[in-house]
Amino acid sequence: MQSSSTHTSHAAQHDAHDHHELGFWQKYVFSTDHKVIGIQYALTSLLFLLFGFFLMGMMRWQLAYPGKPIPIFGGLLEKMLGSVASGGIMSSDLYNAFGAMHGTIMVFLGIVPLAFAAFGNYVVPLQIGAPDMAFPKLNMASYWVYFLGGVIMVFSFFIPGGAAQSGWTSYSPLATVTPTAGQTYWLVGMVFLITSSLLGAVNFLATIIQLRAPGMTWMRLPFFVWAQFVTGFLLLLAFPPLEAAGLMQLMDKVAGTSFFLPTGLMVSGKPLDISGGGSPLLWQHLFWFLAHPEVYVLILPGMGIIAEVLCNNVRKPIWGYKSLVYSVFAIGFVSFIVWAHHMYLTGMGTAISTFFQTTTMIISIPSIIILTVFFITLWGGSIRFTTPMLFALAFLPMFGIGGLTGLPLGFNFVDLHMHDTYYVIAHFHYVVAPGTIFALFAGLYFWYPKATGRFMSEFWGKVHFWTSFVFMNLIFFPMFIQGMAGMSRRMYDGGVNYSVANSANDGMIGALSSSIIGSNVTISVAAWCLGLSQIPFIINFFYSMVRGKKVESDNPWHSTTLEWQTPTPPPHGNFAVAPVIYRGPYEYSVPGASKDYTPQNEPDAPSRKK
Amino acid sequence: MDIPYTVKEREDTGLYNAKLGIWLFLASEVMLFGALFSSYILLRVGASPGTWPHSILNVPLGTLNTIVLIVSSITVVMAWASLKMNKFGDWRKYQGITLLCALGFLGIKSYEYYDKFTHYEVITNDGKVFDGHLVMQDTEKVVLHPGNHRVITYAAEQLGYGPKPEAEHGHEVEKAPAAHEATPAHEATAAHGAEAVEEHVTIARSNIKRMQNYGPYHHAYLAIYFTLTGLHALHVIGGALVMAYFFGPGAKMWKSEPERFINRIEVSGLFWHFVDLVWIFLFPVLYLL
Repeated sequence: MQSSSTHTSHAAQHDAHDHHELGFWQKYVFSTDHKVIGIQYALTSLLFLLFGFFLMGMMRWQLAYPGKPIPIFGGLLEKMLGSVASGGIMSSDLYNAFGAMHGTIMVFLGIVPLAFAAFGNYVVPLQIGAPDMAFPKLNMASYWVYFLGGVIMVFSFFIPGGAAQSGWTSYSPLATVTPTAGQTYWLVGMVFLITSSLLGAVNFLATIIQLRAPGMTWMRLPFFVWAQFVTGFLLLLAFPPLEAAGLMQLMDKVAGTSFFLPTGLMVSGKPLDISGGGSPLLWQHLFWFLAHPEVYVLILPGMGIIAEVLCNNVRKPIWGYKSLVYSVFAIGFVSFIVWAHHMYLTGMGTAISTFFQTTTMIISIPSIIILTVFFITLWGGSIRFTTPMLFALAFLPMFGIGGLTGLPLGFNFVDLHMHDTYYVIAHFHYVVAPGTIFALFAGLYFWYPKATGRFMSEFWGKVHFWTSFVFMNLIFFPMFIQGMAGMSRRMYDGGVNYSVANSANDGMIGALSSSIIGSNVTISVAAWCLGLSQIPFIINFFYSMVRGKKVESDNPWHSTTLEWQTPTPPPHGNFAVAPVIYRGPYEYSVPGASKDYTPQNEPDAPSRKK
Repeated sequence: MDIPYTVKEREDTGLYNAKLGIWLFLASEVMLFGALFSSYILLRVGASPGTWPHSILNVPLGTLNTIVLIVSSITVVMAWASLKMNKFGDWRKYQGITLLCALGFLGIKSYEYYDKFTHYEVITNDGKVFDGHLVMQDTEKVVLHPGNHRVITYAAEQLGYGPKPEAEHGHEVEKAPAAHEATPAHEATAAHGAEAVEEHVTIARSNIKRMQNYGPYHHAYLAIYFTLTGLHALHVIGGALVMAYFFGPGAKMWKSEPERFINRIEVSGLFWHFVDLVWIFLFPVLYLL
């Protein structure tokens, strides 16, 4: 099945299982093999991440230099999208569309498919000693449904009026009364993406529950599997309410219902011909019922990856494995009852706000336990500063900043000031960009040798890391300051209208100072530099597939978990011999052992040799 | 290595893969319908007092449909049990009855939908509101057959056809001649009271300002009614298609892999029970409460 020369001897006896050779289409395109599907997810979602980043890169131009034509890409935009970018200048409609789609693409088409579906697909069955996912055909279906959802989203840029313009949160009634069809495409696309997530979640959960190899008891699961397990439950139970909300907004949009449109709604001074009786708050409740657990969907797989990379590179067991597992469960449960902390300003009432403020404070406890466990794991280890480890180490303070700056937002009285400012953007992006995305990079560099049989270049990996690390902070840190100065997050001109530069604001208290407006330029330049620093990664990623340093064994990082005990890359069916598990996931540096790692499938008896 | 537990149960969980899969899927379905039921509650609580409609659905038909689905629930179990007892012929019979029940349910539901789509509210240029089932219409006029119950729309409320202010309970509102108040203004049927209900009203086309049937756009209640029952009907159709496949070409598997075939019947049956259960909640919520 594969040409890599690095198999260990038992690969030979395995191939008997591959009774028939699959054609190109079945092997690489419509494959049911979890590893191929994982790689498909990874490549697609990485492309979407890049695409989402490009949208933001152009918006950052508009914020730094409002009303000036976008260099290089401006002409291209005008050619492709027409009047919304006439003269290469981004119109406010286009800015809104890019903003909405940046969020949608990054969350639903980039990070979730990469963190949950790509890594989960590739790694989870290997780590639990399973031959594949429980439902391979369903797995293929979920990829293709995701792909279709992505196509619909991208296609919507080119329809008259352009893509959805009402933010990734798509609040009604604004989203419903916007006269273009972009929102309808967004909703249909979302229904596809949600369906894909549901199929994926069912599949992951069934796989983890049913297909653990003999001896792989629950408390022997690598933490990454636990993280994916809880994520699966979040997706399974939190997404359907958004699907319901999406259906209702779709009904509002195409069937003329008024689920989210209040009685007597006026648009541009005219009453709408609708039945009314709907509730805009209902949309927000249903949306955030998904979208808050979604935040944990974004972060938990990243934490799982960090645990794997950390243990492997400090060469010692994770400190407090059980605390980690219980914490991730606690996060999973509590994440279902914190959603309305996004809605303090909706007038839902102080009693409700108090409840959600309390649960929000409670959910920070398990998050802090997890971070603490990771930090203590470092203590006394002999750390190998490999590229994946650098990303993992950077994750810790970055996620720390992201998480701690979230606490003020969780208090409803502080949130009155912070709500909808750049502070929120900075907080959220610290969690997801230098947080989750760094974790995902760590995972990519870490598992790359397993999937390809070659390492990515360490030197260029480090260049990628250090530049990304610096620019990420240059982008997001100033946003905290902008936000605290009161800069609203959705302003098309970067806040100039509310700044001292506008003579109408003379003598006004709280007008944005020129240094606050000036940091727009700093941030934008840093964002474009961050884009440039991904070039080494992109080249490294593809170049190393053919020219990278070959791995010398199936377990180049000397890891204990099962995915490294397979041939490289793992063939269809994964394991040459059905694995039996004898020990926990992180037996590094066991005193008296012959080497500093003991794989999970290595029996205790010292007489048996591999 | 082949994927384990595709047919046999795993010892510690007591489940084969597909059975666990369907249970997980049903959990997500609970959340899907749960969100819609919650929306129903929020819309109803948020409706202006006295305007949430009652009794505009046909309770006897709803009851009949409930019975049809309960019968199908029984036959679904019987079908699975027949296979367990190795009685393939019995299975055919029960599976067939289940499918007929599904069709019957959809038929009755379609009739109920049809009833709503032929029910109109007409607002005339002189600010009068007429409400009833469409008898006939042409380019000149529209003829309606007024009924006992109507949905109080915001537009009608604005024109003074709202709920009776003294009415405390929804039920009294219906008894009060609110529904007829929509009709009396018409010159041809000047009579008030119950008898007038039997009369047809004729409205000139030229006098019509707005004419809208009881589609989902007409009122928040109808919106949630159509969304909930429509989504439920989609589930019925989906379940029926799968069971029809097992009834037809899929039945071949009984010869080759009987155990796997029984599992399939069991899993489709679990889904069917869920669809029934949703209806058990839908019926009181939409028809009775």
